[in-house]
Amino acid sequence: MTDIFGLLKGKPEDSDYENKGVIVQGITGAYGSLHAKQMMAYGTNVVAGVTPGKGGQKFEDKVPIYNTMQEAVDATHAKISIVYVPAKFFLSAAKDALNAGIKLLVAIPEHVPIRDTMEALDLAKKKGAVIIGPNTPGIMIPELIKVGIMPPMPFKAGKIAVLSKSGTLLYEISDALTNSGFGQSITIGIGGDPVNGTRLIDAFEMVKDIPDMEGLVVVGEIGGDSEEILAQRIIDSGFNKPTVAYIAGRAAPKEKRMGHAGAIVMGTYGSAESKVSMFNKANIPVAKRPAEVPVLLAGKMEKSD
Amino acid sequence: MQLLEFQAKELFREYGINLLHSISSTNIEEGRKHAKELGYPFVIKIQVPVGGRGKAGGIQKCQNDDEFELKYPQVMDLTIKGEKARAILLEKMADIKKELYLSIFLNRSKRCYTIIASAEGGVEIESVKNQIIKEVGLGDVSDELAREVAKEMELEGNTAEQFVDTLKKLSKLTIEKEAELVEINPLAIMQDDSIMALDGKFVTDDNSNFRHPELQKYQEKTAIEEQAEKSGFSLVELDGDIAVVGNGAGLVMSTLDMLSDNGGKPACFLDVGGGATTESVYEALTLISKLDRVKGILVNLYGGIVKTTVVAEAFLKAYENNLIDLPVFSRLKGTESEKAKEMLKGSRTNIFDSVEEAINAAVMGVKK
Repeated sequence: MTDIFGLLKGKPEDSDYENKGVIVQGITGAYGSLHAKQMMAYGTNVVAGVTPGKGGQKFEDKVPIYNTMQEAVDATHAKISIVYVPAKFFLSAAKDALNAGIKLLVAIPEHVPIRDTMEALDLAKKKGAVIIGPNTPGIMIPELIKVGIMPPMPFKAGKIAVLSKSGTLLYEISDALTNSGFGQSITIGIGGDPVNGTRLIDAFEMVKDIPDMEGLVVVGEIGGDSEEILAQRIIDSGFNKPTVAYIAGRAAPKEKRMGHAGAIVMGTYGSAESKVSMFNKANIPVAKRPAEVPVLLAGKMEKSD
Repeated sequence: MQLLEFQAKELFREYGINLLHSISSTNIEEGRKHAKELGYPFVIKIQVPVGGRGKAGGIQKCQNDDEFELKYPQVMDLTIKGEKARAILLEKMADIKKELYLSIFLNRSKRCYTIIASAEGGVEIESVKNQIIKEVGLGDVSDELAREVAKEMELEGNTAEQFVDTLKKLSKLTIEKEAELVEINPLAIMQDDSIMALDGKFVTDDNSNFRHPELQKYQEKTAIEEQAEKSGFSLVELDGDIAVVGNGAGLVMSTLDMLSDNGGKPACFLDVGGGATTESVYEALTLISKLDRVKGILVNLYGGIVKTTVVAEAFLKAYENNLIDLPVFSRLKGTESEKAKEMLKGSRTNIFDSVEEAINAAVMGVKK
């Protein structure tokens, strides 16, 4: 399994330890430039930008812009990129990045066709790379590196891993955790699409063995069976760190897409009941509302002491 | 988007999948002409974008004019799982020997197309027995794989050949149109051993619509949902009386859950989206103002990318233009929320510190 901390943080002996370079694809667009600036303000080491046709220019007078990912990677040796291009250009941007040797690709665009996501994933698998998203708010190690669009205020460094299908609920629940004294070791927004580069179960595999991770929070929603598969893996693997879940969409009507492309219940497939009952089987309490998450987590922490 | 049966069958026909003669109509006058053209006996089938039609009485056999005059309006008037009839399909009666099940779908977990087939079809997928499941990858179903499926279903001779042909055509259709799901249930073996698609289901991947202008004509949205899409937010109409507005699909769903837990009834799901502007939120409020059943508005914002002041400004503009005179219950958190609260002071917006308080006030507020 991908060493996600290794990619985001590195090892103490590395010259770029805790200062990994990130390339921004689509850095001159309205959205890309806004978030490139915000990532830089957070302390993320943005080393290059890519916009075809704008090579040779500089972003904010300091970050060099290249025409292709190959040029950007050759110049910077960065392994991480974040993509801010419109959905219809996502596949070509992803191919460009993966062929250039990117190992962690964070895909922000929403409304990417499923087939394009699958083709990008197929290539990523061949290249030994990981895609987070599409339609993700991104991934971060609070107070160290932010590769995404999340606002900084809800997050604080700590020891809880938060995995979420939803962006705003990731902020909301991290905020509640922070206010209750639970900082976060890592937060991963897997995205609300039907097909995610990194599924809940993959994200779990990435974080489960981190020694300074003391608890896990899973934020799911109706649609698909990611939560059920994750719960089964938690049962099978005997994972025993305190874990709490939250599932949004109990009140949503069947066969209606609730905003997120993946948030739809077909028959009984993808229903909140099915997810809640699987988490219960795995002895993971499911909060009824976001504010309840830290309360349940505190209860679990106490028991495991 | 899920196409109606007759629309799915239009695509099936285009790809050469065997079908019985059928014609769709939207009123009884048209239907009468079609009845003459088809000749009795035939089946009257309601066209709704949901399953379970048979059980709900939406599929009726018809032997003569008297039955037609009685049953056509009956079926047309049905509401199934909240969905009214979009059309009526008349289809020739089939002389069936056996019913099969066949579908291809984009498997989210395995990230590839997957075939489900069974020699026991005609019932809902949940109760289809002895399912044969084959992962296909991202390309077409090969001859070899199609034959393997036919063999596992214990089909023989001409029937097996026709099944292989049908499966390959279905695969071509699925890939070329980028469908999320294409299902034939039942796929019937007729008395003469030929194979026919008696029903059809087709679910598009709406994100790939830009590559499929030919599927545009099947788009079916309420006027309000269409307007919402144009303005860049997402709206689902529900049948309660409290409009729920927020940012992010997860947070809005979460707000619906909490509202329902506390005894409130949501009138809509409205996600203003990551790119919300004062104009787009104002547009959203305009749509809400047109929903007669709405008695109050519940706002739950966690400002990250979206500034809460953008939303506050839209509300002020809506009050100024007398667009809404409903009570508003809001919880504003995150980016510039202090400024937003200040802006809304003295307006019709009641501001609460927690979402719990806002929800409780909304539930009480609309009861009055």
